[in-house]
Amino acid sequence: MKIFNLRIVSVMLLLLAFVGAFGLVSAQEDTLNILYWQAPSTLNFYLAGGTKEIDASSLVLEPLARYNEQGEMIPWLVEEIPTVENGGVSEDLTQITWKITPGITWSDGTPLTADDVIFTWQYCTDEATGCSYLEKFDDIVSIEAPDPNTVVITFGVPKPFPYNAFVGQESSILQKAQFEGCVGVAAQGCTDQNFNPIGTGPYVVEEFRANDVITFVANENYREEGKPYFKRVVFKGGGDAESAARAVLETGEADYAWNLQIAPEILNSMASAGLGEVLVAFGTSVERIHLNQTNPDPALGDMRSVWVEDGSNAHPFLTDPVVWQAMSKAIDRGLISSQLYGAAGQPTCNVLPAPPMYASTNNDDCLVQDIPGAIAMLDEAGIVDSDGDGIREYNGIPMRILYQTSTNAVRQSTQALIKQWWSEIGIEAELKNVDAAVFFGGDPASPDTYGKFYADVEMFTNNFAGTDPESYMAQFQCSSISGPENNFLGSNLGRWCNPEYDALVAEMAQTAGVEARAAVAIRMNELIVQSGALIPLVHRGDVSARSNTLEGVLMNAWDAEPWNIADWTRAS
Amino acid sequence: MTQYFIRRVLTLIPTLLVISLVVFAVLELSPSDPVGNLPLTIPEETRAKIREAMGANDPFLVKYVKWLQQFLINEPLNLIEKTTGAQFPGSEERLRIISWQTRSPIIDLVFERIPQTLWVVGTAYLCAILIAIPIGVLSAYKQYSWFDQIGTFLSVVGYSVPTFFMGLLFVIIFSVRLKWFPSVYDTTHVVTDFDSFIHQIRQIMMPVMVLTLFFTAQMSRFTRSAMLENLSQDYVRTARSKGLNERSVVIRHALRNSLIPVVTLVALGIPQIFQGAIITEQIFRVNGLGQLLILAVQGGDLPTVQTLTFIFALLIVIFNLVADLLYAVLDPRIAYN
Repeated sequence: MKIFNLRIVSVMLLLLAFVGAFGLVSAQEDTLNILYWQAPSTLNFYLAGGTKEIDASSLVLEPLARYNEQGEMIPWLVEEIPTVENGGVSEDLTQITWKITPGITWSDGTPLTADDVIFTWQYCTDEATGCSYLEKFDDIVSIEAPDPNTVVITFGVPKPFPYNAFVGQESSILQKAQFEGCVGVAAQGCTDQNFNPIGTGPYVVEEFRANDVITFVANENYREEGKPYFKRVVFKGGGDAESAARAVLETGEADYAWNLQIAPEILNSMASAGLGEVLVAFGTSVERIHLNQTNPDPALGDMRSVWVEDGSNAHPFLTDPVVWQAMSKAIDRGLISSQLYGAAGQPTCNVLPAPPMYASTNNDDCLVQDIPGAIAMLDEAGIVDSDGDGIREYNGIPMRILYQTSTNAVRQSTQALIKQWWSEIGIEAELKNVDAAVFFGGDPASPDTYGKFYADVEMFTNNFAGTDPESYMAQFQCSSISGPENNFLGSNLGRWCNPEYDALVAEMAQTAGVEARAAVAIRMNELIVQSGALIPLVHRGDVSARSNTLEGVLMNAWDAEPWNIADWTRAS
Repeated sequence: MTQYFIRRVLTLIPTLLVISLVVFAVLELSPSDPVGNLPLTIPEETRAKIREAMGANDPFLVKYVKWLQQFLINEPLNLIEKTTGAQFPGSEERLRIISWQTRSPIIDLVFERIPQTLWVVGTAYLCAILIAIPIGVLSAYKQYSWFDQIGTFLSVVGYSVPTFFMGLLFVIIFSVRLKWFPSVYDTTHVVTDFDSFIHQIRQIMMPVMVLTLFFTAQMSRFTRSAMLENLSQDYVRTARSKGLNERSVVIRHALRNSLIPVVTLVALGIPQIFQGAIITEQIFRVNGLGQLLILAVQGGDLPTVQTLTFIFALLIVIFNLVADLLYAVLDPRIAYN
């Protein structure tokens, strides 16, 4: 009996050693292993809209123009970017003409024509399709093709910034011949097309397994000779960010890992193994605290957090500049960003942090924490603690606030720190966190969404694609306020209304020229930040990692990360 | 016995209907938004249109009946068509149950993932059976010996230490330090020859080790107690006094009888294989059925959660019946009439 079992044990150990001794794990020469720990669920990002789907599709589908790692717009499938100067954009700003570079073919050999571009517009703007990127085609009245390589877009209003449609990965071109029968309601059922789109990009889909792995092979008909270098790409998903970072930085099994939202100490200790490099790129993401301008008191029932134009349902104390300025002063943004975000965060005092020409420097005094100053401000204004419980009263109301955010380790740590600082200045915060799918969801029946804002302050990150802030800044208009009329899904979550700001939004819609637009954008930023709509905290960057054997990677925060994958090579 | 069988099968149907209604109702009433995980840059009117397109706004009963029809009639037909190549009329317009996340039929997703779940969790279960029974037998035979004490200790450890800790430990030791096994499971790997077979063994080794430890802990304790019960019986003493050698007495007599409850335990545990080992699959990126369920739950993908939960419930009910029948077949003392 004993020998019998000893035999089993020794056989197993031998097997283990035998199998293990077969050699070390290592990356292969001409296959590129990419890890996106949130696996793409489809390659037709128009129907899904997540960053992972956009990035995965960038190996196959391409737009007419895109943004490089500096945030500059570069022609991609066209010869040059149309402007008023070169005649590509009409004088009255209602028409733009794109000239497709001749000779580009789809991966199946058929030529890319203007018809495909027009079809993509029809596909996305069809209401029944359920297209996630409808707003890229805003204000377009018609698109014509005077010849197979020319696309003329006509807008209904003058567009000082006409570079939304077909610029950036979020409005890449679909092949008309492939997706013809998939417009409208049929879009959901076209699984084959959604999973294996035909594109002009450097790769072709070999096999697609939803939420698991995608294998790509090099496109034989790619327009650049000798590219791409890698003949095969394995785009693997699943697991979590830590194990993805480990696979690139410690075990060498993968060449590239995306979105490594991990504690800085762990990431740095992995990077010290010397097998790979951590890449950070800053886009427009800002983690911020929105201040509820309306009253979220549960006793109000249906009127809870509902904005009323005459100001009768305003928040009891958060609208007072002394209060929110003291709250902002008490926060040590430098500590939050260095301890919780590491290299992927910079403290910021602006809601519009980038590109550099849009970043204001007028608010930077918020970067220094000043608790004594905050206490002094509140004392001077007469907001004191009259009953000795450590909480100040504002006109008799104790300053107790509910502080909510989504469930996420970094956010909970941020909440704990900020709660501590606010308690030092006499404001008590109750912390609450809600599952991300519910918090960011749009269910009108749920009381926990960020749109309902049944709390005094809430914290999350927002950003925008591309480099033009017009539609992003338009979020803060009075007409976009989240309320019962729009099922609490309006984009102005803080219910902040300022007629002067609305005038600036209208002005931006008519301002042409990059410098002039930047000036208006900065004024809009100042208004938001200096009148207490929100408290900016951290300018967040995207973090990825690449193996030292992979070259040519240019980390891009303005477009899809694998945007230049055709140029990636293996170090020799 | 046949009467019992028929009766049980007939009770299956209302049981399953009630389960399906409960599963469907509980999930329908949850505050989940199919477009919740889409990026903030998508404006609200677009979200409303997407919700409409996914059929999220139909009333409860309509959705339930549609789902039942799709699940009980359409999908089995599709399955038969896929496996046998036969064609039933109306296969083009047949409504499929579509996942909200991928917009593809859920059954296809399930079938894509069964191979890796079976490879990893199935192998672990098999190994666990092969290891647990000898350990249990020996622990019972040499009760309170050092082997038994160590066996007990390892069982408790295997049962109490969480799989995510074990998994992480193995990854650090075997992948990072020794570089023996890959930590990323390649689901596209096909076994065609000896080399690819060895590669397959290498990549399932770590998740299998983690899971085997967990399953063995349970099974060895159960075998041990069943054996203890039988070894003290009179018939064992009779067998010994007949002059049979120890090996015969233990294996041919005591073990065979103690295997009866163990076999039923094993049969009841088979649905567990299909549920996948959710945590272990996440750690090693095995991307099987467990991961599909977790992703669907996190993404608010109601149809997938409903379908998967119902499939697991179906398997549990069926294997319950199998276990009961096995019990009657193996033990002549049991009669169901």
